[in-house]
Amino acid sequence: MTIPGRRTRLRGRPELHTSYASELALFDTRAKRVAVAGLLVGALALPFLLTDEVLQLLALCCVAAIGAIGLGLVTGYAGQVSLGHAFFLAVGAYTAAAISGDPDGRVIGFGVTNIAVWLPAAGLVAGLAGVLVAPLATRLRGLYLAIVTLGLVFIGQHVFSEWSALTGGAGVGRPAATLEFFGQPIAATGPFGTRDQKLYWLMLLLLLGFALAAANLARSKVGRAFTAIRDRDIAAGVIGVNLARYKTIAFAVSSAYAGCAGALLYTVTGFFDPGSFSLLLSVQYIAMVLIGGAGTISGAIAGAFFITLLPRFTRELQAWVPFLSAQPNEVPNVFQVETILYGVLLVVFLIFEPRGLFGLWVRVRNYWKAWPFSY
Amino acid sequence: MVVVTAVAGAERAAGRGEDDPILRFEDVRLHFAGVRAIDGVTFTVGRHELFAIIGPNGSGKTSIFNVLSGVYRPQTGRVVFDGVDLVGRRPHTIAALGMARTFQNVELFGNLTVLDNLLLGRHHHIGYGPLAAIGWLGRARRAEIANRAAVEEIVDFLELERWRRMPVGLLPYGVQKRVELGRALAMEPKLLLLDEPVAGMNLEETEDMARFVLDIRDELDIPIVLVEHDMGLVMDLADRVLVVDFGQVVATGSPAEIPHHPDVVRAYLGGSASEPPGRAGPDGRGDPPRPGDDPRREDPR
Repeated sequence: MTIPGRRTRLRGRPELHTSYASELALFDTRAKRVAVAGLLVGALALPFLLTDEVLQLLALCCVAAIGAIGLGLVTGYAGQVSLGHAFFLAVGAYTAAAISGDPDGRVIGFGVTNIAVWLPAAGLVAGLAGVLVAPLATRLRGLYLAIVTLGLVFIGQHVFSEWSALTGGAGVGRPAATLEFFGQPIAATGPFGTRDQKLYWLMLLLLLGFALAAANLARSKVGRAFTAIRDRDIAAGVIGVNLARYKTIAFAVSSAYAGCAGALLYTVTGFFDPGSFSLLLSVQYIAMVLIGGAGTISGAIAGAFFITLLPRFTRELQAWVPFLSAQPNEVPNVFQVETILYGVLLVVFLIFEPRGLFGLWVRVRNYWKAWPFSY
Repeated sequence: MVVVTAVAGAERAAGRGEDDPILRFEDVRLHFAGVRAIDGVTFTVGRHELFAIIGPNGSGKTSIFNVLSGVYRPQTGRVVFDGVDLVGRRPHTIAALGMARTFQNVELFGNLTVLDNLLLGRHHHIGYGPLAAIGWLGRARRAEIANRAAVEEIVDFLELERWRRMPVGLLPYGVQKRVELGRALAMEPKLLLLDEPVAGMNLEETEDMARFVLDIRDELDIPIVLVEHDMGLVMDLADRVLVVDFGQVVATGSPAEIPHHPDVVRAYLGGSASEPPGRAGPDGRGDPPRPGDDPRREDPR
């Protein structure tokens, strides 16, 4: 029996909704809410279980995931293949580094070290760069757009290696943005934890915020318009989607995410040089989106963790496979295995599971949904 | 919200007077290099009318639709829709003015569910921006819930309850056609363009679709322009029929007079391909209709 005006739930009928609000909720079933809460608690507790070295790596994973979510929005959702992600990462990284840099130092710096200033600024400047690039996307499609955004990476690399007043110059580099919140250093070893523990918590919370925002965007009017443009752009126009406007929004949001990720990425290691923002970095992000599962937020996060943890994993492999060497001048060594594994994984995923890690998850879920029956 | 208003037949008949048509298509010409896709076509559609356009393959029917929805821009002529000239406007502005259409080959967003496809039809009825979307608070949330409720009326109207959460790419063809009709209806259009709504359907699906088209006209009172090859359907449903061939108007008239119109008979059965029937001499040099041939059957030759 249902009581009017009260939210009712029937046992064993998780997909039976009695209001549109509960049907449209982000985590619409009890199982999802429990799983997400459990995952979150587990992730927050990790610093008590792992070494600082691993935590630093996981912090990097979280930042990479922010960038991957951004690329996922423009490439996975809106279908605009962009190889220019490294450029937007660079714009964000240099904006943040310049704002928080030492005013009397060797490179440009404005001395505003507050993360509440330089992080939004990095997102904003990179987002504006995205808006400037967006008109290309309204003219070009598919491979042609990919090639043009590729040009962006080369232009960026040239500018950043020449403009040594900002970047410190090729092979030299400059310090990254300072992690400070209204005068309080966020990541410094103290009574409440080591630098890496705090770093990990900060990046995890930021990832959470960015992921929620992206998930909301994806399920809204804007996300639907993105998918419409990806699937059939002419039909999208005819039903009332302003193609130029939504492609611009896609590029702006994606670049803003990249900018924030770029700003945060090098705070973990503390130093960066213009050589980092090469085509390889763009390709890594494409790999994150594809291996994770294009067109999903959770897939982009999974892909980012996967790709970022891969080198570490192959290094661990050395303990198990005796003939592998850790020295780069011996054959076969772990670096070769890493490169090969990287390529093989991309090929294997594209052929056998184009939906990526997310697709694997869907398969597992569907199997257990019907268990013990086969369908 | 879909306003359900039943309009009495007599009232609709009175509305067929062409004083204030919803659509005026005036001497439109659309050329692709040397090909004259539309060559000076003129017609009007009344505010309560179900207007059919027929003609052999390649005669320019779909080109007319593409001009109407802004996909093609004609070289000359005027297209006045509810007092606004559409020529040169982009598809999304025309959609916002209240023109909705379906496509000959289903153009749904295959990875999205039926509900999402229908919600996309309501795109310009949902008025919040990307920043509100990111927060999913207040206005954005309310708008999504209200439009979800509005879409449910379409689901109910077109009997799509079974498929709500299915990705449309997995649905049978006949249902996909229906979802596409639903997406157009979700736009709450002032004029509905249907491009071959029953192409490739079996008899049962065709009859279902005919019933929905009649429901749309009678209950929702939306004027319809219908392009269709199924002559039985056209003759049963349409108030007026326009026959085009080689981008030109062959004849306009009621479903009763069109099959017997000499130019129409010539266009469908007679005149050779090199001889546009509109320009054929009054004696009609083509083959005379063979006895036993049904003039209402489409001849693919």
